[in-house]
Amino acid sequence: MSLLELDGVKVHFPVKKGLFFDRTVGHVYAVDGVSLSVEAGQTYGLVGESGCGKTTLGRAVLRLNDITDGAVVFDGTDLAKLPSEEMRSFRRRLQMVFQDPLGSLNPRQNIESILSEGMAAHNIGKDQAERREKIKEILAKVGLPSNAMSRYPHEFSGGQRQRIGIARALVLEPDVIICDEPVSALDVSVQAQVINLLEELQESLGLTYLVIAHDLAVVRHISDVIGVMYLGGLVEEAPSDALYAGPRHPYTKALMSAVPVPDPEVEDRRERILLHGDLPSPANPPAGCRFHTRCPWVQETKCATERPPLLDTGDGHKVACHFTAEIEAGTVKQTLATGIEAVVATEAVAAEAVEVSEGDAEVPDAPAKTEEPATVPAQADAGEAERAEESPKA
Amino acid sequence: MALLSVEELSVTFTARGRKDATAVDGVSFDVDQGQVVGLVGESGCGKSVTSLALMGLLPRKGVRIGGRAEFDGQNLLGISERKLRDMRGSQLAMIFQDPLSSLNPVVPIGIQVTEILQRHRGLKGEKARKEAASLLDRVGIPDPDRRLKEYPHQLSGGMRQRALIAMAVACAPRLLIADEPTTALDVTIQAQILELLKELVDQEGTALLMITHDLGVVAGLCDEVNVLYAGRAVESAGRRELFAHPTHPYAHGLLGSIPRLDAPRGEPLNPIRGSINDKIAWADGCAFAPRCDHYTMECLTGTPELTEPRAAGHQVRCVNPVLPKAEVPA
Repeated sequence: MSLLELDGVKVHFPVKKGLFFDRTVGHVYAVDGVSLSVEAGQTYGLVGESGCGKTTLGRAVLRLNDITDGAVVFDGTDLAKLPSEEMRSFRRRLQMVFQDPLGSLNPRQNIESILSEGMAAHNIGKDQAERREKIKEILAKVGLPSNAMSRYPHEFSGGQRQRIGIARALVLEPDVIICDEPVSALDVSVQAQVINLLEELQESLGLTYLVIAHDLAVVRHISDVIGVMYLGGLVEEAPSDALYAGPRHPYTKALMSAVPVPDPEVEDRRERILLHGDLPSPANPPAGCRFHTRCPWVQETKCATERPPLLDTGDGHKVACHFTAEIEAGTVKQTLATGIEAVVATEAVAAEAVEVSEGDAEVPDAPAKTEEPATVPAQADAGEAERAEESPKA
Repeated sequence: MALLSVEELSVTFTARGRKDATAVDGVSFDVDQGQVVGLVGESGCGKSVTSLALMGLLPRKGVRIGGRAEFDGQNLLGISERKLRDMRGSQLAMIFQDPLSSLNPVVPIGIQVTEILQRHRGLKGEKARKEAASLLDRVGIPDPDRRLKEYPHQLSGGMRQRALIAMAVACAPRLLIADEPTTALDVTIQAQILELLKELVDQEGTALLMITHDLGVVAGLCDEVNVLYAGRAVESAGRRELFAHPTHPYAHGLLGSIPRLDAPRGEPLNPIRGSINDKIAWADGCAFAPRCDHYTMECLTGTPELTEPRAAGHQVRCVNPVLPKAEVPA
């Protein structure tokens, strides 16, 4: 039995229009049927690009967003259906570390006050003196001096602020910490400090993490299991090493090939899979496989009509693609180019690109482009659409 | 003769009643025709201010600029605003980090692109519109005729950045300055934009000054790399040399602290301790000394000179560079 289990979780935000009557004119399908399980003492990494719903999913676990459908089972209790009063007591055991370390700390509260607020709310410690002892101990654990207690957030550097955010979660002695982009606001040299801290804390306190990040390298470094999200759903889930050694879903392949590696030798050798266009809007996701509008291996059958389920292909490696086996065996052809043609050649110059690529063995024999319908919905800024609780004037 | 040759560029912000803040403290580098040169560093190292100074985009008041920046025989830091206006867009162009705030939100994309064509190439009306459409097409924006009529908010982040690139290359500039062009974008979109930039540089022979914090981007794109710390270049070398033999403790530490997608898992990272706030003025010694593992008293005796301890053309500003133990003569 896993410590935290998500079953078919959906979070849909209504899109409202109208001045007096809030007519619901559609939904943003931020998270659309995600099932995953996090084992105690492990780290589950959730990666995906902006707008894929990873943050919404993390917040939904804590019920900071309403869950439209599905179950979030934590230690045997379904949080999704819990009355808010009872949910509050569960929040002690499930804590969150936010992305923006300055934005998530109240500028007018000193560190002692920030850290003891949650303790008081959950009746930890008899009096302030006892809480102060505990805070001192935690501050030492996260590598902050004890005189930090009387100081204010603006007096700290970015890395130190993130340590405060981690300390705030730790004082409540949680079982699970959800880290939403814990290091993306930090400089690389400081990033490493915080990543190491998270790992040390996990080891000494036996914490369970759900890490949400867009940086595949960071996630791979700290996670035991990685789930890759695309447009509200998981497309692939695998143990960290297996995912890196052999990504199976076309999206994961493209994502991994796009991550720059700080080594010229590697950069020069490897082949990039460039995707066409941008992320479609989660308010109007494509039918069938969500990725079919950009997938280099899109096939005429199934892809546009049937949504592939996340299926185990062995060794806990789960993939949501109709043609995983066929792509690996090479029996289905690549239908969209993945070289520079994907970036510069549009309809008007497509003919030219074909000519250029004829002598180029890299492109398989069907570079004639399938039209890309609705690849780029006009208003699609997917990142904004995710947050579009109010009408995004779609 | 290099196309752009920057010598001892320094930028100091002054304000009455406050201590002067030196953002750039003597940066020198060259950019040749058709070359991609990278300026890498973390926030606060002065990389963006360097680019703004080169484009003449810093405010006139409250800023003291020193040094020289020869572009095609002219000192960019000394020429008149009128002349600079002629050069910006036609000879020099810039791509900014945040594509949304660098485009005018209340003007359609088309007008913003044709404006440059009118100003520098004298194109008008239908001709300008046609050229603008072909520019958008060139950078991979589908259906350019429709996009020209749209406003920036109607485009996605990747497309806005493409539109900005289209504007930047509209007059075939000889030097393109890209300030964190992909930082605001997702990795798959970043890959598209980087390939596009690479292609433009290859085809047009444009020189590119790439400013970024991402060493991965540098590794794939730049010919020459300058690592900046606290307003000074601490290490400059060809990209292969730099990544194979990072010699300044800062560059060395930086590469050791990045989790790599292709590295074996399970080993802890080696972070650099402290933060950028723990620095001393370059005039007193090495600004990196308080965070450095190799630090000795020698580091506090004035600015270290640039030396070439490893290979010709690989310059390092350090008195105790990281050298492999095997190479130390017995």
